Amino acid sequence: MDDLLVDFLTETNEGLAELDVALVKLERNPGDEATLSLIFRLVHTIKGTCGFLGLGRLEKVAHAAENVLGKLRDKQLPLTGDVVTNVLFAIDQIKEIVTALSATGAEPAGEDSKLIATLNAISRGEVAPVAQAVSEAPRPAAPMVAAAPVLIETPAEDPPAPEVALDAQPGTAANVPGNAQTIRVGVDVLEDLMTLVSELVLTRNQLLQLTRSQDDKDGELGRFTVPLQRLSHITSDLQEGVMKTRMQPIGNAWNKLPRLVRDLARELNKKIELVMLGADTELDRQVLELIKDPLTHMVRNSADHGLETSAARRAAGKPETGQISLNAYHEGGHILIEIADDGAGLAVGRIKAKALANGLATDAELATMSEAQIQRFIMRAGFSTAAAITSVSGRGVGMDVVKTNIEQIGGTIDLKSTEGQGTVFTIKIPLTLAIVSALIVQAGGERFAIPQISVVELVRARSNGAGGDAGGPVVEQINATPVLRLRDQLLPLVSLTSLLRLPETAATHEAVYIVVTQIGGTTLGIIVDRVFDTEEIVVKPVAPILRHITMFSGNTILGDGSVIMILDPNGIARASGVGGGEGRSTDRRAASAQARVASDGKMAMLLFRAGGPEPKAVPLGLIARLEDIDHAKIEFSAGQPVTQYRGRLMPLVPMSGVLDQDRARYSVLVFSDDETGRGTASRAGLAEGGRCMGLVVDEIVDVVEEKLNVELTGNRPGLLGSAVIAGQATDVIDISYYLTQAYDDWFAQPEHPGSRATAGGPARILVVEDSEFFRHLLVPTLASAGFEVVAVASAAQALRLHDAGENFDAILSDIEMPDMNGIAFVRAVRAKGRWSDLPVIALTGHVAPEQIERGREAGFTDYVAKFERQALLASLQQCLAQPAALAA
Amino acid sequence: MSQALAERPAANDTANDEKVFVTLTVADQLCGVPALSVRDILGEQIITRIPMAPREVAGSLNLRGRIVTAVDLRRRLNLPDAPPGTPRMSVVAEQGGELYALLVDQVSEVISLPASAFERNPPTLPPPWSEYSAGIFRLQNKLLVVLDTARLLALAPVE
Repeated sequence: MDDLLVDFLTETNEGLAELDVALVKLERNPGDEATLSLIFRLVHTIKGTCGFLGLGRLEKVAHAAENVLGKLRDKQLPLTGDVVTNVLFAIDQIKEIVTALSATGAEPAGEDSKLIATLNAISRGEVAPVAQAVSEAPRPAAPMVAAAPVLIETPAEDPPAPEVALDAQPGTAANVPGNAQTIRVGVDVLEDLMTLVSELVLTRNQLLQLTRSQDDKDGELGRFTVPLQRLSHITSDLQEGVMKTRMQPIGNAWNKLPRLVRDLARELNKKIELVMLGADTELDRQVLELIKDPLTHMVRNSADHGLETSAARRAAGKPETGQISLNAYHEGGHILIEIADDGAGLAVGRIKAKALANGLATDAELATMSEAQIQRFIMRAGFSTAAAITSVSGRGVGMDVVKTNIEQIGGTIDLKSTEGQGTVFTIKIPLTLAIVSALIVQAGGERFAIPQISVVELVRARSNGAGGDAGGPVVEQINATPVLRLRDQLLPLVSLTSLLRLPETAATHEAVYIVVTQIGGTTLGIIVDRVFDTEEIVVKPVAPILRHITMFSGNTILGDGSVIMILDPNGIARASGVGGGEGRSTDRRAASAQARVASDGKMAMLLFRAGGPEPKAVPLGLIARLEDIDHAKIEFSAGQPVTQYRGRLMPLVPMSGVLDQDRARYSVLVFSDDETGRGTASRAGLAEGGRCMGLVVDEIVDVVEEKLNVELTGNRPGLLGSAVIAGQATDVIDISYYLTQAYDDWFAQPEHPGSRATAGGPARILVVEDSEFFRHLLVPTLASAGFEVVAVASAAQALRLHDAGENFDAILSDIEMPDMNGIAFVRAVRAKGRWSDLPVIALTGHVAPEQIERGREAGFTDYVAKFERQALLASLQQCLAQPAALAA
Repeated sequence: MSQALAERPAANDTANDEKVFVTLTVADQLCGVPALSVRDILGEQIITRIPMAPREVAGSLNLRGRIVTAVDLRRRLNLPDAPPGTPRMSVVAEQGGELYALLVDQVSEVISLPASAFERNPPTLPPPWSEYSAGIFRLQNKLLVVLDTARLLALAPVE
């Protein structure tokens, strides 16, 4: 029988049982409007569903009954016993048809015209005869009137089964209807069963372990072997059976999607085809309920943000009809669901800009991220890629909610996207929430369980300094933070022993195991002392007094009877500072992430060592990327070290003057004048005209954010001066010096916005900046872009230049300045005749939306964060291009 | 808390002649727990330590398939830890639907005590004893402190 029909029958039977009780209640208490509207609703539902299923006969009867009920509800008809009797007849007739329907799967043939006529007469207000017509029903069924009183006693909450038994008079006993095949059982009953079975599984495991560990001296145990095996078998079967009662095909969560997609396609004016594969993949009811909404949301997203309009698709050479495909399948005890679209893919550039604007990451952090990591920003709170909020999605409930929902059920979500080709989201969820597979590990002498779903791989490594020259991975330390080189990437590590403040054991210092876990986009290695087996465990909540320890998601009893805590990888990630973060978070990134909240006036500086033990610093904002380059990758060209970097040669300038040939790897700070966004993975941009230079240093130490107070020395080449950073005297290096070492024409490039802006020579820029340090950094930056720069230390000096008749093409001004601040300065500029039309760009340490608004009101053309070199150049270019365009 | 209220008058009740207690010792002090509130008496158990847990929580143990949180009575009463290696026993009680095992040095016997021998806490009794003692029974040659399990197990409610 059709699934829909089965559902209908189950539902209708319940409705009918409720109807009987309600009608009788109404008869006793005619004024009860609540009951009347309940009856009306029930009949209406039946009618509506029949119409949908094409059950014509049933629909007609229900319709006639509904008419009468409607009149009763609207008080157009008095409620009399006769009326109720006739409605009851109609309901009996419905029951009759439903019974036949569940037996045969089709409506029985028959004639209900008399009953319908009676009902219609009643609804017209004619006094109706008590209809005897029903007996004309084709089957000599049970006498309806007799059956009715019996049914009245059936309480509404009874499942349909007993009602069926009442109907089954001796003569019709043979057609025990089809609804006996499905019964509705309370979910709590199933949950209880599941819990009990889980306990049974545990006890079974315990027994098995016990017999295995006992040595069988006198053959006593042999007698237990066979019954134990049987017990084991039955338990497994029982577990499977009970699990099955909770399993539903994932198609149940999908059945609303075709309609949704159709409506979306119309609303968005796109052509969308929805492909669903693996709809019969079964998963736990509870899990299914929990992923329903996230799935719907994701399909909505794919249709709205993912797929392009037909026109855009045609233009991109794609078929007009976009495809969204859902694919569900089992893999290793988990269910994988893929939601793929062949749309535009995620625009990395836009995500970066958004992440910057929303303060989710700094430019420097973005520079060290891979494309995939940047794409994962869309799953961060407060992020929506859609440029405009449409009525379909982008109502503020974003992918972060989806991610949270999925993580709540122990699942993970990842995405792959190729710009122009589409996006694939992959959701990995456990089959069931009750029993999970977990890896048992040991740290600090205690055992813990880690849910298998978050474990990516296990790596055996040596601790730093231990074990001599044996090969294999080694745990290295950066400022006492352990990291591991894993396939050319740095994996942040966290020691479970220290995280849980367990006593250090001897084992901690020799070979260690690293459990590589992936939580969302975060990869984190957890250092443990030993790794045991994997075990199926039943997650039990921890005692209330322990709930505050976020490192644990629960506890369980192992096969050997011991209690073990279950680690929550999410909690661990949060506790170790990786949490909420996306992407592979190195110590550098973690450090800068912490420092990101720093207030105005503070600047992120990269600390490193080169040619001596004293730390050196360079503003992080100037660095495009940090690279770790193998010795073998270094070549020499005309005596100068170079390396092939992203398909072109990059000159390497050793900070210490000469390249130390003995090192295996070199830490390199990459500086670039690539215009399409420094240090992005945008290869195209680099190939077009970007140049880069690598500064070779001995060691990258840290990223700190501090208020800088640079004391300028000015007499040593390559140094701007020194400052106290992280409590230590630190040399602040002058990047422009090293840039000219790599390319002596670095600052004389012809192809730059400054020279492009005005045909009659380089654009003149006035820089108003009170900090000498910033002036020293800004001037070479702008000069390198081809501008002619004049820098002054105060607004007053700038205004004096105006009065002296100086002309500029644009002004850059700091906001926070003594005496006359930037806001007052720009008001003054706007008030003065000659400079009043100049673009004035505000430089600030902190870009807050309110501040930008305030600045714009005062007359600033644009707002740029200090050290956003790229943003500054882009803004200048734009500001200068506009008047030029007007003139042309 | 209702449990706490219910127990206190019971211990004070002079109409009922006899009260049944499970006696135990902790750091040589004889204590008693109302027998009705005791679910189980356990000998030495394997206890899994729980990192980051409050100091009083000794760990978790498996009681016939149920996970029971073990609370060290010595620590709860700010007494020095038991010398390592000493076998401990536990008294299992229920609180808010959860089972807790109170780790004690020794569980001795179940005795009936006449209500006439009951006294309130001496006002000079210092905390934490004054907090967790529901009163004192005068025995022939010893004093027995009636422990208020509900209060003992009301560990810092952490949200």
